[in-house]
Amino acid sequence: MSKRKPEKLIDENDVRIDGRKLNELRPAKIEVGVLGNADGSAYIEQGKNKILAAVYGPKEVHPRHLALPDRTLLRCRYHMAPFSVEERKSPAPSRREVELSKVIREALEPSVFVEYYPQTSVDIFIEVLQADGGTRCAGITAASLALADAGIPMRDLVVACAAGKVEGRLMVDLTDLEDKGGEADVPLAFMPNLNAITLLQMDGGLTIDEFEKVVNLAIDGCRNIYTLQKEALKSKYIAVKEAVEE
Amino acid sequence: MSSSPIVVRVKQKRIAELISSGRRLDGRGLTDYREVKLEVGVIERAEGSARVRLGKTEVMVGTKIEVGQPFTDVPNEGVLTVNAELVPLASPSFEPGPPDENSIELARVVDRGIRESKAIELEKLCIEPGKKVFIVFVDVYVLNHDGNLIDASAMAALAALLNTKMFNYEVEGGEIKVKPGYTPLPIRDYPIAVTFAKINDKLVVDPWLEEEQVMETRLTITMDKEGKICAIQKGGYGYFTLQQILEAAKIAQEKTEELRKLVVKG
Amino acid sequence: MPVFYERKQLVTPGDLLAEGDYVVGENTYKDNDKIYASRVGLVDYDVRKVHVVALKAFYVPSVGDTVIGKIVEVSTGGWTVDINAPYLAMLRASDVLDRPFKPQTSDLPSIFDVGDLVIAKIIAYDRTRDPLLTVREPGLGKIMRGQLIKITPTKIPRVIGRQGSMISMIKKETACQITIGQNGLILISGKTPEDERLAVMALHKIEEESHTSGLTDRVTEMIKKEKEGVEHV
Repeated sequence: MSKRKPEKLIDENDVRIDGRKLNELRPAKIEVGVLGNADGSAYIEQGKNKILAAVYGPKEVHPRHLALPDRTLLRCRYHMAPFSVEERKSPAPSRREVELSKVIREALEPSVFVEYYPQTSVDIFIEVLQADGGTRCAGITAASLALADAGIPMRDLVVACAAGKVEGRLMVDLTDLEDKGGEADVPLAFMPNLNAITLLQMDGGLTIDEFEKVVNLAIDGCRNIYTLQKEALKSKYIAVKEAVEE
Repeated sequence: MSSSPIVVRVKQKRIAELISSGRRLDGRGLTDYREVKLEVGVIERAEGSARVRLGKTEVMVGTKIEVGQPFTDVPNEGVLTVNAELVPLASPSFEPGPPDENSIELARVVDRGIRESKAIELEKLCIEPGKKVFIVFVDVYVLNHDGNLIDASAMAALAALLNTKMFNYEVEGGEIKVKPGYTPLPIRDYPIAVTFAKINDKLVVDPWLEEEQVMETRLTITMDKEGKICAIQKGGYGYFTLQQILEAAKIAQEKTEELRKLVVKG
Repeated sequence: MPVFYERKQLVTPGDLLAEGDYVVGENTYKDNDKIYASRVGLVDYDVRKVHVVALKAFYVPSVGDTVIGKIVEVSTGGWTVDINAPYLAMLRASDVLDRPFKPQTSDLPSIFDVGDLVIAKIIAYDRTRDPLLTVREPGLGKIMRGQLIKITPTKIPRVIGRQGSMISMIKKETACQITIGQNGLILISGKTPEDERLAVMALHKIEEESHTSGLTDRVTEMIKKEKEGVEHV
């Protein structure tokens, strides 16, 4: 069962199928501290993306022999639920999930003070419950919040956003259709206060000039989402404070 | 000593110090590649093959062509599959077993370069639309790991594809009948990967193993024959600034042209 | 020399707190001349020092702390204890028994068995070894009765209050014995389940509202209201 692909993804006024402008992000909702058992957790909805992230740790490493003598071992599992995509996906980890688990871990690690707690592990789990393009970015955004929610000391939050080229136009936050039908997709993860890019991938075809523009679009998108991230982290405390301190 | 991933601290300092002053321990400049040696057609049983030696790193790629089913969303196109194996004999740190995240990442990065540049004319590999197409298997076999497996593998993969010959055939009554003679695999682009290591905030190309062990992070940029970027992969734990990434893209433009000349000879 | 927030403002990891000649305090870090927050919490400036009172952090063992832990393993020389920290703690038989420890004749599970709760003190801890506990002091040992609750360890100072004011008030109003573990675990033992429930309510309220002002009064008021409500029933 496959939906018919739309003829054009962007109309002549540069309006996208979902009504967005080229530099507009999908509406996002973020909640922190949503799971009872995890040490830290966060949930993000971005357009049709629904992604849950959880963190366990720092704790003793299992199996013991994997412990690192001078730092925390960070492990990350990015996984898509079988019902998250159009055609049911087998629960077994795909090669894509293995690669994404690696690059996501490498995107988050620069933010964590791993030297503080030697011989411990921090396990990060990202579950994509519904997918519509840009899941690794939304996953990183949620996972970073889960790390902060777990009280793990960090240099900065990591926020991620993708930008790309579709039907000749450069745009931000591509949906699955736009990614598949477009010319290029560039996911990027960023620590805004340190101006540090911790994830950068690309597939497609872009000239160096286009690439520079697209990366800047992605960074702008990141800064926007960063504001939402910080709000989500503070919101629980602010709500309580406002309620009790009339 | 070599099995430990921990580089002797004194050497680590030396490598980083030299790089800060624009030089590398093996005498190379920051944007110099190691010597590249390329041989093609080394495995007769494969439809195409190549062996690349990049310094002491050695990678062999073999291609095999089979007949199979196309993907449902592109019923008129052949299929490309890239696999990589970090063979245990290549390094004391490679263990036997199913592909780990490193070999999967290597395969997918090499794949991305070929796929996104549309190097193989997959539309010409259709035998019967929706039913039968040619499947091109590209198998990357790392034989010795002395750093920068990505660039070596990408070059070897491209060379192997250029070396690949498909048997001539005709379709008779729904069956494929082999005819005498061969035609080369239709290739229209020549993607080349350039990998950078960031050490002490400086970028160096083609890191060898010890540089990889001290580097903060790495960036691979793959470009097609027109100098368009077709794939990027940041790997490792550190980060880059935007300026560093743009600087790398400019260097990559020059380097991919140089390396392409070595692979795509007359 | 600029600071960028007011005292007691809520900050998140990566927020730039101060620039210049400041000293790094708790839950902050310095990069060049800039001091950033490393955890979510309330920032405070103290002459030359910047620190963040974290709203959520796990317990990091500190020598001298009284902690409440759960026995998770019995081995030949002692016990392994879960103290709600990134590291499991060790309790050696010699730090329990008054008499010399003889492995052949001592029956360790009869002293503490897996699942038992203990109040202990940390006598050693550094980066090279797991925290070491002792129960050879008055007030330490196996917990025989009471209710255990867990709160974020960073809120323990708030539970205690300035010079113990908060915890004294709760003990008095609920007539409960309350033992506080620095690791976020609190033992409540009251005359009736109702008394214990009041104490638990008060402690959870402190945890949730620890970052607000006027808390002691509100907690006192809440306990009094609850007690009145119950008496009228």
